[in-house]
Amino acid sequence: MIRSEILREIAPILRDHLVICNIGLPSQELHMIDDQPTNFYMLGTMGLSSSIGLGVALAQDKTVISIDGDGSVLTNFGTLPTIANNVADNFILLIVDNGSYGSTGDQPTYTGKKTSLAAVAKACGCENVIECQDKDTGKVLQEAIDSKKMTIIVSKCDSGNIKLPVITMDPVVIRDRFMKSVQA
Amino acid sequence: MSISKKIVDDFVAADIEFVTTVPCKQLAGVIDEVDARPEIYHIPSNKEDEGMGLCAGAFMGGKRPAIIMQNTAIGVTINTLVTLTQFYRMPLPMLISYRGELREPVACQVEMAVHTKALLNQLNIPTYHFHKESDAAELPEILKYTFMCNKPVAILTDASFWGGYGDQ
Repeated sequence: MIRSEILREIAPILRDHLVICNIGLPSQELHMIDDQPTNFYMLGTMGLSSSIGLGVALAQDKTVISIDGDGSVLTNFGTLPTIANNVADNFILLIVDNGSYGSTGDQPTYTGKKTSLAAVAKACGCENVIECQDKDTGKVLQEAIDSKKMTIIVSKCDSGNIKLPVITMDPVVIRDRFMKSVQA
Repeated sequence: MSISKKIVDDFVAADIEFVTTVPCKQLAGVIDEVDARPEIYHIPSNKEDEGMGLCAGAFMGGKRPAIIMQNTAIGVTINTLVTLTQFYRMPLPMLISYRGELREPVACQVEMAVHTKALLNQLNIPTYHFHKESDAAELPEILKYTFMCNKPVAILTDASFWGGYGDQ
């Protein structure tokens, strides 16, 4: 499965929760598949999906799912120790690990080679780290939500992209409707 | 009252409940004070752009954030300031140690100091400079202003403000 197929499959699960979605194609795909006011689309700032999600989770009680990519976690590796040491049991980090920088033309990342993000997350002190195959992502994600324990999911999948338009929604609109969903 | 205590008192009075820090020797006292306050969730960051992501999340989650960092971080965070904090119009008080000013013992710090105000100016970030201890009297108004206008705002604090740097 490629990332857009995973997103299509988990969209019914995501719909009920606050979602921080990674820059580029992941946000564009989620926006096209199932746009919700509970989705915060990152239009820039590669690497910070996990940091923004942790901040939201620590500030309020609703479940927060950060959808991240292997390339973005690699660019903000410092996030994993921060997550491990600031446990928010309403926070799930879902790393869609396709071993490539999808939004920029599928250049390979090191996670498709020797580097294991699950092993790194564990070494950083994250207690609930699950590596799964693409087809099992929905089941693992639902179990993580139900467990009410902070969980890092690394979903191994194929690289590949679909053609779709950029998000033209104003960033302040994205932020405002997300904040209203938090308060609702 | 120590200046560090006064600053953190002002943070608490402004309803700031979420503070991320990346240390600087000059900021050690204020970071200790942040860490000691039950009203504030103190979350140390490994890098300042990560900290700004945490602050953006906390703000959207309903808590007022602040970041405490060194001026070298301006070089690290320009993309985040522009594409996250400013693009989505989020407030962020930035208490910044202004290294490389008078009484600075480390020459390399001057290399960033000479760019600090120019960069902040280029980024259209409202900037305040605390040089004397009495300058901190404006902090409550600066914090109020930051959350009124939903912008990142820089508060530069130099070595003279902190009473010198080490034995220099």
